[in-house]
Amino acid sequence: MDFATLLQILDSTLRLATPLLLACLAGLFSERAGIFDIGLEGKMLMAAMASATVAALTGSVWIGLCAGIAASLLLAGLHGIASITFRGNQLISGVALNFLSSGITVLVAQRMFGQGGRTPPLAGPARFEPITLPLADAVKDVPVLGPLYADVLSGHSILVYVALALVPASWWLLYRTRFGLRLRAAGENPAALDTAGVSVVGMRFAAVAITGVLCGLAGAYMATALQAGFGREMTAGRGYIALAALIFAKWRPWYALWATLLFGFFQALALRPDVVERVLTIKVPVPALDALPYILTVIVLAGFIGKAVPPRAGGEPYVKER
Amino acid sequence: MSGDTDTGRRDSAAPDQQPLAIELRGISKAFGPVQANKDISIKVSRGSIHGIIGENGAGKSTLMSILYGFYKADSGEILIGGQAITIPDSQAAIRAGIGMVFQHFKLVQNFSVLENVILGAEEGRLLAPSLDNARRILGQLSREYGLDVDPDALIEDLSVGHQQRVEILKALYREADILILDEPTGVLTPAEADHLFRILRGLKAQGKTIVLITHKLREIMDITDRVSVMRRGEMVATVETDATSPEDLAELMVGRKVLLQVEKKPKQPGAVVLEVENLRVRDDSKVERLKGVSLTIRAGEILGIAGVAGNGQSELLQALGGITRATGVVRMNGVDVDLTGRHSDGQSRRTQGIAHVPEDRQNLGLIMDFTAWENVAFGYHNDPKYQKNALFMDNDAIRADTVAKMERFDVRPPIPTLAAKSFSGGNQQKIVVAREIERNPDLLLVGQPTRGVDIGAIEFIHKQIVALRDAGKAILLVSVELDEIMSLSDRIAVMFDGQIMGTRDPATTNERELGLLMAGVADPVKGAA
Amino acid sequence: MGVLPRWADVVLVPLVSLLLAAIFSALVILSIGEDPAETLKVMVDGALGSAYGWGYTLYYATSFIFTGLAVTVAFHAGLFNIGGEGQAQLGGLGVALVCLSYPWPHWTIALLAASFGAAAFGAVWAAIPAYLQAKRGSHIVITTIMFNYIAAAFIVYILVDVLRPAGQMDPATARFPVGAKLPALNEIPGLNLIFVKAVPANVTIFVALAACVAVWALLWRTRLGYQIRAFGKSEPAAKYAGINPTKIVMIAMIISGALAGLMAINNVMGEAERLVQNSASGAGFIGIAVALMGRNHPVGVFLAALLFGFLYQGGAELGLWTSIPIELRIVVQGLVILFTGALDQMVRMMLSFFFSFGRQRAA
Repeated sequence: MDFATLLQILDSTLRLATPLLLACLAGLFSERAGIFDIGLEGKMLMAAMASATVAALTGSVWIGLCAGIAASLLLAGLHGIASITFRGNQLISGVALNFLSSGITVLVAQRMFGQGGRTPPLAGPARFEPITLPLADAVKDVPVLGPLYADVLSGHSILVYVALALVPASWWLLYRTRFGLRLRAAGENPAALDTAGVSVVGMRFAAVAITGVLCGLAGAYMATALQAGFGREMTAGRGYIALAALIFAKWRPWYALWATLLFGFFQALALRPDVVERVLTIKVPVPALDALPYILTVIVLAGFIGKAVPPRAGGEPYVKER
Repeated sequence: MSGDTDTGRRDSAAPDQQPLAIELRGISKAFGPVQANKDISIKVSRGSIHGIIGENGAGKSTLMSILYGFYKADSGEILIGGQAITIPDSQAAIRAGIGMVFQHFKLVQNFSVLENVILGAEEGRLLAPSLDNARRILGQLSREYGLDVDPDALIEDLSVGHQQRVEILKALYREADILILDEPTGVLTPAEADHLFRILRGLKAQGKTIVLITHKLREIMDITDRVSVMRRGEMVATVETDATSPEDLAELMVGRKVLLQVEKKPKQPGAVVLEVENLRVRDDSKVERLKGVSLTIRAGEILGIAGVAGNGQSELLQALGGITRATGVVRMNGVDVDLTGRHSDGQSRRTQGIAHVPEDRQNLGLIMDFTAWENVAFGYHNDPKYQKNALFMDNDAIRADTVAKMERFDVRPPIPTLAAKSFSGGNQQKIVVAREIERNPDLLLVGQPTRGVDIGAIEFIHKQIVALRDAGKAILLVSVELDEIMSLSDRIAVMFDGQIMGTRDPATTNERELGLLMAGVADPVKGAA
Repeated sequence: MGVLPRWADVVLVPLVSLLLAAIFSALVILSIGEDPAETLKVMVDGALGSAYGWGYTLYYATSFIFTGLAVTVAFHAGLFNIGGEGQAQLGGLGVALVCLSYPWPHWTIALLAASFGAAAFGAVWAAIPAYLQAKRGSHIVITTIMFNYIAAAFIVYILVDVLRPAGQMDPATARFPVGAKLPALNEIPGLNLIFVKAVPANVTIFVALAACVAVWALLWRTRLGYQIRAFGKSEPAAKYAGINPTKIVMIAMIISGALAGLMAINNVMGEAERLVQNSASGAGFIGIAVALMGRNHPVGVFLAALLFGFLYQGGAELGLWTSIPIELRIVVQGLVILFTGALDQMVRMMLSFFFSFGRQRAA
């Protein structure tokens, strides 16, 4: 594989890792507060549809982004009501909301545009355009690092950089602030938080809301930056892959970055069967490459690459004991 | 709480009366049909140590939960420092100067001591200033009350005694004037308990008010100034500690004279039933919990295992019961027991004549959602007498057996189709005991047989255990209640840190000697000499 | 808060949950500018208004019984098997391999053999996540979801590169031999008086009913079922009783996967008569809704499967006669899962409020 091809693949890695990273950080906040969220997928899908629809109608990607976040927050709120307020089964609630989004997105898109559940292609200000980072042209000729900066890091939409910036921001919020301390306590030992006079329900809802916002960003990125419009089931399991990356990342922000980059890399490879064939010197069936990220997820989950301790109170509704 | 109000109250109080820290008037609380607290009134003087004693389920914890804002009383008044207040949540209780040390610590295991102390009482949005300030205050508190603990240690690395100190520090950091401790010594060695009591006396000397909830009479006599006795949700008496005796308190708790001693014939040990050599168990994180235990039990003998909870007793029971894997040698009636292979499970143990009344009946001994009759077959579901044919179980036979067992063991209500969770703790335990004892095992493993069980059922269960021993069976009894161990056992082995520290004859030993062994002092006789 | 009487918990809770799901579905229909009453009428007419409609409703219901039972068995072992979709697709491969391997002389023998193939392939596809859960502690929910995606890719590969007959364009197997054709309800003497037109519902429905009885007997009358239920309620207690966790996880998931796989004899062998892409078309996921709605009891599963059969056939009719996309079915499915599975506590709280209110009035 030559250097140019490698740069191309790394470039798509970053592009494809971004929705995974956003979703993974989304799941991180929720699960750190003790709420399992298998519904990342549905929230992304809903956000993708809402953002593309509103962007197509208003011609503004920013209004679209807000709509995407709002739609995702709505689902997050439902998940919160089911799993925090009514102490329902968090897995089932997530699955239900995924189905709900899967159907509603098509229904709405069909009703709005009548194009078989798709939105019209987005263009111009209705879509996030690539940004050239400062000095990208100037350093392009520096060996190795120059092209890496100019061709891989530069030239993505703003949301890619937002996602990258969210990694240190999440770390800081979780480990250096009162909010983070309380949020982690809600996921580790909610009774400790409760007896200290802090509302567990409040903390968990706050965490779920953050999850909603981040999934909104992820979904909007899918429809208005990675692709130009919404199509049915366009998230294609990314919400679940993000969950696997979260486990792989041991519920930590920096690890989440590396984990999602790895998954992004495999998705990038799946797009380039020619490269894989050249490197491995055998013909690999396209479906095998399609399945690669999912197979990798299974391998990661099986703990063949490290084992992690989840938040101790994860998945358990909090009930005050006598 | 302002100083002015306190002074005002002190002036108006009768000269021989201390000002009141807490006054409860007519507190009632019902959970559905269960009346947990009935018209409770109590006065706790400032700067005193006030004991609240009662059996499990007497309503002590409910009362304190109301005081800490966990529950809202159905009726009644709460006065703190002479002022009537409402306590809708824990935040309000903390504001009123109340600190609570729960029986099960409310600590975040992978947080540091400092982080646990400031949780919920941080001074700003950023952690760093709060942590620095807390470090300074903790230093002061440690010096003042002898509450030394490393502020940067993670809770999961601390001993239970130290974890408890963190809980006390949490309350003091929040400037609590009233400290409520719920069964604080259940997890402590006698030495640790003594240390705790020194701390509490120190706090009292500084003017703090302490409420001690316990079911241990000795502690009440040791440390309290006054004691209130609760029974079935009612406050039956409040007396000066100096003016009462353990016997009187026990009678008040139960409502009748209590037989503190179990009647049993002198032992007639037969052949060796169980031999254990160098038994070792590692937990999931590879930490050795059982560090080479050896013991033997003969037919017609009860071997009691004393010790503070968490010193390997649970692992010993679980290894012998086939729940966890172990290394070493275990022989049952001279036959090797499989500790790691295909036959190291509960089914194989049962066929080898080992029955097991587990420590935790709600999580191990019973399936709470199953009916009583389904639970009677639990563990014995492969028994031929419960099978209709090769394919199907004979549910009618199990139900008939359940009816018979319920009658013999006086399980109430005697309804086999009722879910296990619908029975009281004592009746749940009777179902487990009936199931295990009626198997007529050669060896019975019993863990905490009377935890959370009312006095009537305790006597009944004790009698059943002694009857099995008199029938020539071997019994391994694990209990954290020293009284229970002393009165039932024919020999007592004391466990500490995964090892047996020594074996004693109950007739010649005493609580002091056992207490030293429980604290890990290897040879108390030599130590004393 | 008061405790609900048992009959209310068993009957009223699912009915109220269903009602709530229906109300919200109606709101969804309203919000996309359609008339809920009209929609319902089209659905009822199309799915239940004629023997022909019933022939489709029962056909769908047959598939849903299998996938619903699959979820039920796993649920009783405390496992959430979301992999019914992939297991059913693999079951389809098993059916195809069996049917294509031999010129079957009679459908009864072919049915037996194909059932075995379907069950075996579904079971294997469920056994891998089961093993990973039991031995490696991987979360079975996520693993089974991943296995759905992997199954889809695998079937594409098999159909495109392996089983597609030479010269055929679309990715599908060859048509099964005539000896492997299952009689549809309109071909069965007696029933053909009711079903005069050709319908997809076929003899598999009787296999599905037998599976209901078998699952009931398994769970509540056998030692294995006892152990599965005990393990599902409390894993530590099961270990105390000497029930082997690995064994139960494996067996429960193998049975679950086999049931999901068995669905393929209905759609692949009984209807399509060849294996195509995405053969399960969502029935595996419907199993979750069916199991939750049916309170994880075979009788409930049967009734819920009928309901979803109606929903599916009715939904398809909507696609034909109205402008409502058939994805409405997935919305309703999501709502049913939400209300019966995650918000059941809310429904219970509502009901017990009414009950205690009623008691106060009576007192």
